[in-house]
Amino acid sequence: MLVELKKICKDYPQGKEMLRVLNEVDLSVEEGEYLAIMGPSGSGKTTLMNVLGFLDLQTSGDYLLNGVSYVEASDNDLAKVRNEEIGFVFQNYYLLPKMSARDNVALPLLYAGVPKKERLARADEALKSVGLEGFEHALPSTLSGGMCQRVAIARAMIAKPKLLLADEPTGALDTVSGSQIMDIFDELNAEGTTIIMITHEPAIAKRAKKTMYIRDGILTAERKEEEEL
Amino acid sequence: MKENIRLSFQGIWSHKMRSFLTMLGIIIGIASIITIVSTIRGTNEQIKQNLIGAGNNAVVVQVYQNDYAMEFQWTQIPEGIKPIDEKMRNHLANIEGAADASLFTSRNYLDGVYYKKTAFNGELYGIDSHYLDIYGYELSYGRGFTDADYERMTKCVLLDQRAASTIFSGANPIGEVLEIRGEPFTVIGVVAMNSSFQPTIESMQDYWMYAETTSGKIFMTNAAWPTVYKYDEPYSVAIQAKTTDDMAKVSQKAGELLTANLIPEELRMSSQISYKGRNLMEDAQQLQQITNSTSQQLIWIASISLLVGGIGVMNIMLVSVTERTREIGLKKAIGARRSRILGQFLTEASVLTTIGGLLGVLAGIIMARLISQFMGIPTAVSVPSIILATAFSMVIGLVFGLLPAVKASKLNPIEALRRE
Repeated sequence: MLVELKKICKDYPQGKEMLRVLNEVDLSVEEGEYLAIMGPSGSGKTTLMNVLGFLDLQTSGDYLLNGVSYVEASDNDLAKVRNEEIGFVFQNYYLLPKMSARDNVALPLLYAGVPKKERLARADEALKSVGLEGFEHALPSTLSGGMCQRVAIARAMIAKPKLLLADEPTGALDTVSGSQIMDIFDELNAEGTTIIMITHEPAIAKRAKKTMYIRDGILTAERKEEEEL
Repeated sequence: MKENIRLSFQGIWSHKMRSFLTMLGIIIGIASIITIVSTIRGTNEQIKQNLIGAGNNAVVVQVYQNDYAMEFQWTQIPEGIKPIDEKMRNHLANIEGAADASLFTSRNYLDGVYYKKTAFNGELYGIDSHYLDIYGYELSYGRGFTDADYERMTKCVLLDQRAASTIFSGANPIGEVLEIRGEPFTVIGVVAMNSSFQPTIESMQDYWMYAETTSGKIFMTNAAWPTVYKYDEPYSVAIQAKTTDDMAKVSQKAGELLTANLIPEELRMSSQISYKGRNLMEDAQQLQQITNSTSQQLIWIASISLLVGGIGVMNIMLVSVTERTREIGLKKAIGARRSRILGQFLTEASVLTTIGGLLGVLAGIIMARLISQFMGIPTAVSVPSIILATAFSMVIGLVFGLLPAVKASKLNPIEALRRE
């Protein structure tokens, strides 16, 4: 089992009260799975993504990644897990505007201590794999949204993580670009990458092998009527 | 590290105006310190040169009571001091490190010297035949002292150029008669310092005189001295050292030699009388201390500018952290450790202040040059002060960059990413 969530709760303080954003979430994801999680805004899907990506820690419950719990882990250990085991794709790409596509892609390898020459060679290769050969030196501001997201995917995959977490990866894109991104996800999944994707677009969710729904912090396998809207 | 430095330059370059304005405090602070230090060094160097003598290396050894040179104008001549004879003079000239020695008497504050009822209040010397050579005087016109002048105690004098112009204001002084304490002395020549010996200030007293007096010096033979002053006045000795470094050693040796041979033990013990050399290095250091302490205050004031500059750097780095919150969040999300973020911002701050420091050093050197050119104050830029200033500006970056860098490194990645 690659991902195993056991009764995960996440509370946030709201005024004097504590607001429960994730409520006893159980989730098991096998290696090679492609899971979409749908839910309306405020349902807790981004919080779930943050917990899955070790960007945030749960209030209670257990999260095992590859069978290892990181509840007691230090800041630096979590940074290492994020760097080596997980790839992130965000709705707004989050590329560094003053860096070339190649430097953006190579960034995770810099933090992993890979020598420069190897870093850049692997970045070029990653850009090629997302169809951006020839754009190595382009600044993000000169690229289209779809291209930026492809750079972001190349960055997420450069360290060859087992798990790819995508938070509304097509949310800022037109249908054609969105579809191209989904094609890349299909390829990555076919190559063995486990993908967990958050989306509120049913058409995008359909591209995944499996869909789950979250509402008021509760994760279920069935869709409710309102979700159609 | 290399990557951080590259990124820092990139950041500075992309905000040229902002970076320059941030550096300005550091630039001004470092430039002022470099200018001040250069001016002090220049002035100190000149004081030393003035006091030590720019080339003649002459030290004066004379009779002291306790720590004060005896001025026989006012004090009684102590009884029992044996006179310095030619044999002793020869002995002094042959001390290790000495080149020549001269016997002379002097008055620094003259009275009783007149030319046609106008008083002259410069200095008067009774000198032997070595004196003018040691101090680098050359005859400008007229004639010098001859052996006959010494033998016959001829009442004749030489003037230096300043005395000649003070007393005779341009008229030819040769053959004119000065009245010195009631005795007529004929002017036989005018001497001037060899140009390589100027400015020549041989003592602390002369240093002040040089600035205050325009009167000049009158020289008579030491043979004629007793005709106007007392015959048993002990000589002072001017010894020329071979090098500047020999001066202290030579003057000490001569002082010991003269004291041991010429001053009776009871006079030494009871009245604390001895022959001593003026320690010119000490005089120089005393003067230098005056300039040093004023300049130290100036440096403190300039440091305030550095402090303000540092606060400016801290301020702009805090702004930068806020502006780049998302960048920091992203970097942490994809695996940057705290120390890396900390290092990035510290490097950025210190690169900024180091560039400021280097520009400040450059500005300081230019300012020092301008000051020495237009105000005539000597300056000397010192390499250690440049290195120190640059290193110090780097440290300012580290100190004032620390707070913003810690703030950046502690940012929570999800909050940082969420911020628009």
